[in-house]
Amino acid sequence: MSAARLKGGASAPSSLLNDDVPRHPFFSSKPFRIAIRLGLLAILDTVSLLFIWTLIANGRYPLAIVVFLVTVGVNVAFLYEKAYPFKWFSPGLALMIIMLAYPTAYTLYVAFTNYGDGHLLTKIQVINQLESRTYLPEGAREYSWTAYRSEGGEFILWLQSEEGDFLADPGEELAPADRVPRNILGPLDSNGIPTEISGYQRLSRVEVLKHLDELSAVEYGVAPDTARVSSLDAAQQLEQRYVYDRQIDAMVDQIDGTVYSPVEGAFTSEDGRVLRPGYWVAIGTKNFVRLFTSPALAGPFVRVLVWTFVFAALSVFLTFVFGLFFALVLDHPRMPAKRTVRSLLLIPYAVPAFISVNIWRAMFSRHFGMITTTLESIFGSSPLWLADPFWAKIGILIVQTWLGFPYMMLICTGALQSLPDDIFEAARIDGAGPLHQFWHLTLPLLLVAVGPLLIASFAFNFNNFTVIDIFAEGGPPMAGTLTPAGHTDILITYIFRLAFASDRGADFGYASAITIVIFAILAVVTALQFRYTRVWEEISENV
Amino acid sequence: MSDRNMTVPLRYRFRGQIDTTGRVIVAIIGLAFALLPVLLIVTASLDPRDSMVRQAIIPENANFENYKDLFNNQIHPFGIWLLNTLKIASITSVLTIFICSISAFAFSRFRFRGRRGLLLSVFLIQVFPNSLTMIATFLLIQGIGLFAPFMGLNSHGGLILVYLGGAMGINTWLMKGYFDSVPRSLDESAKMDGATNWQIYWRIIIPIVKPILVVVALISFIGAYSDFLIPQIVLQDTRQFTIAVGLTLFIRGGHYTEAWGVFSAGALVGAIPIIVLYLYLQKFLARGLTAGAVKG
Repeated sequence: MSAARLKGGASAPSSLLNDDVPRHPFFSSKPFRIAIRLGLLAILDTVSLLFIWTLIANGRYPLAIVVFLVTVGVNVAFLYEKAYPFKWFSPGLALMIIMLAYPTAYTLYVAFTNYGDGHLLTKIQVINQLESRTYLPEGAREYSWTAYRSEGGEFILWLQSEEGDFLADPGEELAPADRVPRNILGPLDSNGIPTEISGYQRLSRVEVLKHLDELSAVEYGVAPDTARVSSLDAAQQLEQRYVYDRQIDAMVDQIDGTVYSPVEGAFTSEDGRVLRPGYWVAIGTKNFVRLFTSPALAGPFVRVLVWTFVFAALSVFLTFVFGLFFALVLDHPRMPAKRTVRSLLLIPYAVPAFISVNIWRAMFSRHFGMITTTLESIFGSSPLWLADPFWAKIGILIVQTWLGFPYMMLICTGALQSLPDDIFEAARIDGAGPLHQFWHLTLPLLLVAVGPLLIASFAFNFNNFTVIDIFAEGGPPMAGTLTPAGHTDILITYIFRLAFASDRGADFGYASAITIVIFAILAVVTALQFRYTRVWEEISENV
Repeated sequence: MSDRNMTVPLRYRFRGQIDTTGRVIVAIIGLAFALLPVLLIVTASLDPRDSMVRQAIIPENANFENYKDLFNNQIHPFGIWLLNTLKIASITSVLTIFICSISAFAFSRFRFRGRRGLLLSVFLIQVFPNSLTMIATFLLIQGIGLFAPFMGLNSHGGLILVYLGGAMGINTWLMKGYFDSVPRSLDESAKMDGATNWQIYWRIIIPIVKPILVVVALISFIGAYSDFLIPQIVLQDTRQFTIAVGLTLFIRGGHYTEAWGVFSAGALVGAIPIIVLYLYLQKFLARGLTAGAVKG
């Protein structure tokens, strides 16, 4: 569609369709459109199926199922005449289901598992990994060896033993000499060892010494029949250490016969020894129980939870009070340069928070910070804004007030200007003073108007990651806790630290359990918002 | 904002000179509070000494060295971050208005079974944004990357995909409300002329609803531009960063702890596009088009 047509539409929409620009009949014909549609759908389905196939190959079954269902849905929307409205929804809904609804459901699931460092793999992956471990049994078969190296730095060995000669390649089964094709072997020397092997150069004694560490780090062959270089002269056959016994669902140690049974996502022996890594398994409500009862975890969690509420509530309160105050001050006929002042006061709102919070952090910093140095020059000392648990919180609230009051001023100004004058006149006639009018008329009426926005602001600040994380990275850290909690951390930054930013290891399951707590709180807040804004009724009426 | 013909409403009780002076003083204090941090970085960005302790408004030896450093920095490639951010935010915003406007059109113009439930679901699902489900989002992007690395971890495609997932929701609601205000008689007469739904959408509705498209485009642009959490989860290489995650490196990272001068220059350059957009958005804000769009 041309821009010219768009412009024409803006000025005279109703005359638009009098075919101002003729089209070639073929391109607007129905068969053509259907062909295009089917073609695009076929491409989409092919891509989807390849995607699903990749996911299944990687063991990501839940996502594969969701992608499959979405693909089926899109096909129905485009092929089934009666589902035509869903053609229009399909891009948005597909994205929403895969990118938003699926992660939400998945979070619910992860919250009931032990997913995290040490439990990142599936059980099958862990069994495979453990079964590939080897050990050197007493009296193992010994070989003498000769090493060859490729241009790319890969090694292979020529092994000689009483049972015969073998070609040993990492990841390939040991090949008896008589089964190695002659044409890849160079001429044999006096000991019957090839002088070269196609693509590999035989290493001299000096080169062997140089590469001995690398040579002995590699296992040659495929478990359980593998060999490892054990000295300059000898290589030895290794044996599989753990065998998975399907009957009893346990790993058996081949050295001493110890049985390791699955306990909460890790193979554990009776005397409590654990085979690492563990695997990912559902552990019921354990994460939630830990959240509320474990002394080492519940402590930080409850403190973070309380501060999250205090932070969000005080942020709304302070921004509202300051915003209303400036709205009242500026909302006066004789106030000069009103518009300019309002525009300038909006600047904190217009600067992206990730920038302004950084600036405030700089102003509060210990050595150069303008606030710190000013306070020091006036009072001789200043609080350590970023390092003291109490003052860091005060600092954050100051920043929050600065960030948020312009928005509140904006909405309060709008609401104030729409208040009816006659009730104020009536109040004045009844002898109500200005303060009385404010408390009993202005404020209640205003709160009705801006109530939903205050709730939205609460919900927003409840998850205000940017401000908390930039100001002090949630710090200062709480002392003596098992988890990386900080004094100014709110729930969402705490989750982030638990999952991504901790050197103490990621604990996805526990972090997801905390996410569920936020879900619950947000659900309540949303319900409140619904009651205030009556979104539901709006829907009912509009349908 | 009008002066209402200069008649003073009765709720203004104090009318004397003292009252006006008081208001002016309060306004000046408010302006100082609001503008001080901004003035501070303007000054610091011009100061070659990399310091934020300031006496004069215009520092001695004021020059643009910090700006040169900013764009010639090899370790922290600010220019690339800026381009990355503009690219991500623009693509997100264009695709968002497309996805949401076709959905809003369908919600506004079609009547079908399940419409009410769908409308409500769209509203409810976005209560749990990707910032909350960051772990699952991370794993999801990892999964997509197995098949399509250009939409996987460390890719801008992956980041845009996350933003588009959250695009429906409130935006569709805003748009649907506006679309509803376009009289249906317009589409009906077009239908009489044999127009398809797509023609009605593209040639009749879209030109009329441009204001709400602009608002949604701006909101989603600003949202993607300013996001500080999702890029940290999706992006890994410094060169892939957006400004939001990159800028903090100037004062936190190992190479440049507390390089205030360069940081301030970057902060100003990074803030300007958004301030300009907000000034433009202000007239829409005043019209109440953006109800519920809390700063993000």
